Amino acid sequence: MKLLEKIKNDIVESHVWKSIFRHGYEDTPRNRVMMVTSNVFLHLHPAKVRRHAIRMRFTWCMGGLTFFMFLITAVTGVYLMFYYRPVAEYAYADMKYLEFDMPFGMLMRNMHRWAAHAMIVFVWLHMFRVFLTGSYKPPREFNWIVGVLLLVLTLLLSFTGYLLPWDQLAIWAVTVGSNMARATPLLGYEGPFAEFVGANPIYDARAFLFGGGEIGPHTLLRFYILHCIFIPLVASILMIVHFWRIRRDGFSGPSL
Amino acid sequence: MAEAAPEKKLPVDDKIHTWPHLVRMEFLVALFVFVALILWALMVDAPLEEPANPTRTPNPSKAPWYFLGLQEMLVYFDPWHAGVVLPSLIIVGLMVIPYIDINPKGNGYYCFKERKYEILTFILGFHILWIVTIIIGTFFRGPGWNLFWPWQRWDPHKVVALTNVDLPYYFGFRHYWAAAAFGTFAVLAYFVVVIAGFYWWVVRVKGKDFMERWGMVRFTITAVLLALMLSLPAKMFLRLVFNVKYILVTPWLNI
Repeated sequence: MKLLEKIKNDIVESHVWKSIFRHGYEDTPRNRVMMVTSNVFLHLHPAKVRRHAIRMRFTWCMGGLTFFMFLITAVTGVYLMFYYRPVAEYAYADMKYLEFDMPFGMLMRNMHRWAAHAMIVFVWLHMFRVFLTGSYKPPREFNWIVGVLLLVLTLLLSFTGYLLPWDQLAIWAVTVGSNMARATPLLGYEGPFAEFVGANPIYDARAFLFGGGEIGPHTLLRFYILHCIFIPLVASILMIVHFWRIRRDGFSGPSL
Repeated sequence: MAEAAPEKKLPVDDKIHTWPHLVRMEFLVALFVFVALILWALMVDAPLEEPANPTRTPNPSKAPWYFLGLQEMLVYFDPWHAGVVLPSLIIVGLMVIPYIDINPKGNGYYCFKERKYEILTFILGFHILWIVTIIIGTFFRGPGWNLFWPWQRWDPHKVVALTNVDLPYYFGFRHYWAAAAFGTFAVLAYFVVVIAGFYWWVVRVKGKDFMERWGMVRFTITAVLLALMLSLPAKMFLRLVFNVKYILVTPWLNI
């Protein structure tokens, strides 16, 4: 034991260790606060939280898990991006290559897909929990709006990713899911009053979404960029706002 | 009446340190879910079908499962309404919740009694109209978007008689403009009845001074959104029981 203690002290008091961790950890109230406030990731949390708010029965952990699923899809998604080309000629072949040739390719793809589905379920449950506890009530009204936007973005993230495997399931699910856009009033060529605006099959709301009159290679590239860059960026910005406001307003709970 | 709720005794300062209490829990929950996800991903492969072929439409073509509620709505309303207007209104309707709900009670704890109508409305909109339609769309719809029980074979040649008729036709309006006028009347009457009924209900159950505090703007937004939400089960009922196709038929749009 003596030896272990000595080794530990040698490490903890070394120049390198001190340069990284700055101060030792004594379990004092001050240090508990410092652990949160002096860590760039943890300081998203308030230093102290209401006791009841972190009970499993109360929070269900669904908001945090939604974010965790986002992180998993981001990490596995980067791995998939190394091997996938969003070009109609290559996309499907790259999927096969990824599944059968790449180390852990199938596992990464499975995790990416199931985490995306789980993210949707978790975000719905999170919304349900926040509704049940009335946590959208003042002063948290605006954060609920940000949350609704994040819910929509979660669905869009999953939807744009659905096209990328470029198999039958992908293009037909996206075709069915996007066909409604052509029925947009005024802006879709099959929608009411479209003739007054002059919308036509290659120049309407769905064509804007597809990058052309039909689903095709241009759609693949468009959805790829939306899926990998645009929506994650917007969602990240909204997440920053969402988390920051939770930190400012505190976790909801009955008034003392 | 709400005063009767038992007062929970809370200590003056019930705060605890985020580190280690919250961080520990987050770590453990994340670890547990991570392991579960890896096991799931090891056991169940993500689907990959044959290469995309724009000339071969599968029957049925289904949207991703989380949009099947919207696809199911297409049975009852035209795409401009079921696919564009209603989804937009769902998003807007969710966003206005904090502003139309002025009940200060039930903030930060579970309580059904203090806000039962709010919770019941949410359960109707979310669990029944959203989740149940997804379940129907996922498990009960086969080729031609016809209804099949899960144990039935998906018969692509299943013959379903097209017996739906428009509502004005039921009431004997065969002339074009008379039918459109009747349809307009029916749609307007629906909104008037629901909104007036809601007003009557609020004044009766919640009281006059609640109505005053609530204000006309909040009431109108809530009533219109409620009428639109209820229009889905209303139309489903008319379709499934009376085979009504459209209520309003015009050259530009049908409802």
